[in-house]
Amino acid sequence: MTTEIRQTRRLTRDSVETGTFAVLRWAVIVVLLLVTVFPFYYMLLLAFRDLGAVLNDPGALWISAGQFSADAFRRVVVPVASGGEGFLGFVRNSALIAAGTVLITLAITIPGAYAVSRLRFFGRRQISALFLAVYLFPSILLAVPLYVFFAKIGLRDSLVAVLLVYVAQTVAVSIYMLRNYFATIPVSLEEAAALDGCSHLGTLWRISLPLSLPAIVANGLFVFMTAWNEFLFALLFLVDDRDKWTVSLGLSELTGNSIEIPTTVLMAAAVITTVPIIVLFFASERLLTEGLTSGAEKG
Amino acid sequence: MPAGNPVARRGSLRRREARVGMSLIAPTVIIVLAVVVVPIVWSILLAFQRVRLISIQSTSLLSGYTLHNFVGVVTAPGFVGTLVTTLVYSVLGTALSIGVGLIAALALRHRFRFRGLVRSLMLLPYVAPIVAVTFVWQTMLSPQFGIVNHWGQLLLGWSKPIAFLSESSNQVSLFGWHVGIPTALITVILFETWRQFPFAFLFLTARLQAVPATLEEAGRVDGATPLQRFRYIIWPQLLPTIAVLSVLRFVWTFTKFDDVYLLTGGAAGTEVISVRVFNFLTGRGDIGLASAQALVIAVVLAVLVGIYLRLFRTREEDLT
Repeated sequence: MTTEIRQTRRLTRDSVETGTFAVLRWAVIVVLLLVTVFPFYYMLLLAFRDLGAVLNDPGALWISAGQFSADAFRRVVVPVASGGEGFLGFVRNSALIAAGTVLITLAITIPGAYAVSRLRFFGRRQISALFLAVYLFPSILLAVPLYVFFAKIGLRDSLVAVLLVYVAQTVAVSIYMLRNYFATIPVSLEEAAALDGCSHLGTLWRISLPLSLPAIVANGLFVFMTAWNEFLFALLFLVDDRDKWTVSLGLSELTGNSIEIPTTVLMAAAVITTVPIIVLFFASERLLTEGLTSGAEKG
Repeated sequence: MPAGNPVARRGSLRRREARVGMSLIAPTVIIVLAVVVVPIVWSILLAFQRVRLISIQSTSLLSGYTLHNFVGVVTAPGFVGTLVTTLVYSVLGTALSIGVGLIAALALRHRFRFRGLVRSLMLLPYVAPIVAVTFVWQTMLSPQFGIVNHWGQLLLGWSKPIAFLSESSNQVSLFGWHVGIPTALITVILFETWRQFPFAFLFLTARLQAVPATLEEAGRVDGATPLQRFRYIIWPQLLPTIAVLSVLRFVWTFTKFDDVYLLTGGAAGTEVISVRVFNFLTGRGDIGLASAQALVIAVVLAVLVGIYLRLFRTREEDLT
């Protein structure tokens, strides 16, 4: 008798909880989705609305007919000499720096990750620990000595200095991601290549590299995004020379000057800064998240 | 190679492997040493010297060591306030971002249509350029034409616009009590939550996928309700990941520069330690003081993480 009652009560509690969570779950999903996506929607909204319309009706949630305007974009991309903000120049700087960072980082981390994952040599474990430490290390602590060092050798306001710092900041995580991927390639394939007379470098070039191409591409995109988004060192090193500004630095410097530049124009600049990243992110998302979290699944 | 002693031959192969390994890893090690390790060591030396930006060319590496900078750091106005602000910011930012990340991971755990798309969208705050998202937040929260204040006044009955990012304290009366609410600090903490929850979400989702389905099935068969299954089956599985995330997020938030600098510039009671370092360096051009302040951050951080690891000793092995 008593067990029967307890059983029905259990069942009720179970079904109440199940029902509550079924509803709550959708509420959570909707709220989170709104909160994460709305700022991006608002960015687009302001960039494409006419300035007068924004000031008259700041609460509008969509662009009504006749308010659509691409003037903001025109003003952002036109060179300074023609009365614009010259944002295309910043895009070019950012693209150059980011692409350079990707090339250098991959060129040194692909062999490095291969060595760490496959070859036995003295100090291999210590090197992994060193890279973990570098990955964890806060960049503000590096800001002072690097600023002073590059100022001292007269390279402070050069793209080379920024490039070097970005490479140093991305190699650690790049090695980590690539190493995890190399570890999934069956050793037997490499042994077969070695039996056929391949050297270590030959094996890396002919076997490991083609097999891990997706991971390398994802890793390259990740490095690109990191370099494109970086702000602190761009600010420290490049702020004095407008011709060297990156998109991130350019956007922050222009918004600091927002009395003269309308918000809609700045929003257009924000859109130009953000869109390449979002496109790259969607292109590489699956590979990227797997690469980053593959170590986490073990606990 | 002549067919000689097989043991000796294996030995030489091992040596060769070691040589190739070291030469392949060498470029990475060199750049990390040159751009990370050496500067850190140099920074420690600078903290004990009286160096200013204008005199940097004439300062030698080994001259005039003094504790002057540390006295300067500790006695500079606002030192304790900055430390407290940074602590509040990083503790709450860490806790909230992991909490929201956990809720998101649980809500998206079971398959539904468009789940992949929803997951990707939820990672956007974390991957988008920081300068762009801080600017959008500034605009949304603007007291003049920000959309939040517009709808807040219209729907929520706010009597006047709230200056979310430039107001250090807002007097609110609750049941006759007048309470000062640090508006700007709360806003930057909420921004941090928005920006960083995807990181926790990503790692917790990966961990959730690795929880064996049989465990939960067994719980279900034994009559455990959803809450009980979470508390006794899922939660213990997630705990190590949450412990690691807490350390990572705390370290990164404690030293975060971009977010606060771009949102408020460190004004209105939001000056965190890293913004202070930046201001000492560029505003005052005082390299010694900035280095000393950075060193103080590192020491405080090391002590806090040390305490954390000691408190959660059993989790220590998960970090490495």
